[in-house]
Amino acid sequence: MSFLRNYISTVYNSVRSLLIGMRRTGYYFTHHKEIITQNYPENRDQLNLPERFKGEVVMPHNDNNEHRCTGCTACELACPNGTIKIITKFDISPEGKKKKAIDTFIYHLELCTMCNLCIQACPTDAIKMAQTFEHSVYDRSEFIKTLNKPDSKLMEGVE
Amino acid sequence: MLTTLTELTIVGILILTLFAVLGLVLVFMERKVSAYMQIRLGPNRVGYKGIAQTLADTIKLVVKEGLTPNGADKFLFNLAPFIVMFGAMLLMAPIPFARNSQIWDLNIGVLYITAVSSISVIGILMAGWSSNNKYSLLGAMRSGAQIVSYELSAGLAIISIVVLTGSLKISEIIASQETGWWIFRGHIPVLISFVIFIIAVTAETNRAPFDMAEAESELTAGFHTEYSGMRFALFFLAEYVNIFIVCAIGATLFLGGWMPFHIGNWAGFNHLMDFIPSSIWFFGKTFFLIFVIMWFRWTFPRLRIDQLLNLEWKYLLPIGMFNLLLMTIIAIMGWYF
Repeated sequence: MSFLRNYISTVYNSVRSLLIGMRRTGYYFTHHKEIITQNYPENRDQLNLPERFKGEVVMPHNDNNEHRCTGCTACELACPNGTIKIITKFDISPEGKKKKAIDTFIYHLELCTMCNLCIQACPTDAIKMAQTFEHSVYDRSEFIKTLNKPDSKLMEGVE
Repeated sequence: MLTTLTELTIVGILILTLFAVLGLVLVFMERKVSAYMQIRLGPNRVGYKGIAQTLADTIKLVVKEGLTPNGADKFLFNLAPFIVMFGAMLLMAPIPFARNSQIWDLNIGVLYITAVSSISVIGILMAGWSSNNKYSLLGAMRSGAQIVSYELSAGLAIISIVVLTGSLKISEIIASQETGWWIFRGHIPVLISFVIFIIAVTAETNRAPFDMAEAESELTAGFHTEYSGMRFALFFLAEYVNIFIVCAIGATLFLGGWMPFHIGNWAGFNHLMDFIPSSIWFFGKTFFLIFVIMWFRWTFPRLRIDQLLNLEWKYLLPIGMFNLLLMTIIAIMGWYF
């Protein structure tokens, strides 16, 4: 008899769980108000991107064309697939001391997987993830970007 | 002679038109239903709210190149989609679309349906075998195992209605539901056979959660992996036409076909219901069942092939047999309404 009881309870439980699933999707079907997708090209101006969305690595500059990158290459070391290449130089300060600074911050967008490891590795918060995502270009070389602006300097007080 | 020929031509053209319209409507309906169930919008670009989307897809499929692989058995490869379509077309014959509008009311209609619906498996096996592709062959073999096993359950479910009606003729089965549809009159046994029928036909039409033959995730596209262009479109169309046919059969047997909703001998109420045209009743019921089958597809997780055969041989078939026995007792004792 226990076999029969098991059999019937299996049938009962499976039918019950399937009906629960159908009730869920039926609820979604009849309550068609909340839409999780977006009408993309039309709502380009009021896009509703989640906070965690990562589009590309950028280096913010302030109004005086200053950035926070000290050229420590921590991000370059943290990157798993060689997306970042930093060329450093030595600035001579007015006191005659040599100081390490970045010459070019090269970022290969085509290699980047948006893993966020470089942002976590950066000790001075010099780079961050932007939410732009319309990256398509006509030539592959346009993916290789220089993140520091021309003639930009290190911000005062950032070590 | 000439009149018969003209009639045949008209009927043929009507059936082909119905196929084309069904393909367009059902594919669009499937995409919209799935979108609504997944809180999406679905196709909404081509035409008003996307209604011309499937038309655009059809044009795309027609102008695409129909590739035949080098190692394929060319004759069988080209024949297979047409066999599948023929199976679907033959099944159209005994389906009553409205009062007095049935192509062929043969006296063994139900037997004809169960017999002819097995033809499509030949087309599927043919497609899988001739493609010279391991995915196609595996998909076709699975599909064969699946259709052959699930036909038993579908057959038993259909027989339980035949037991109640005492006739295999479709028009008589519908006439017997004059005082109420079998699903209301036949108590729990008819309800159980209805559920078994719906599950079995979902499996027979190779739809998710029983999409072993196609199995996008493991077999790329199963038996139609190598097909492209119009021949692929034929398989695609046959799938949707088959859904329509099995739902029409289910509606005819369990929900009274074109018979309006009647309750016993409430003459006034029955008369009121008769004002709604019978074709609307038929298509309404059929599309309701199609919706249910789509609901299944977008709710349930897929089964593995062994779970699939377990479900049939350990659950559906024994329950169906026991249910048929119960049905027979009820029919003999006259314990239905």
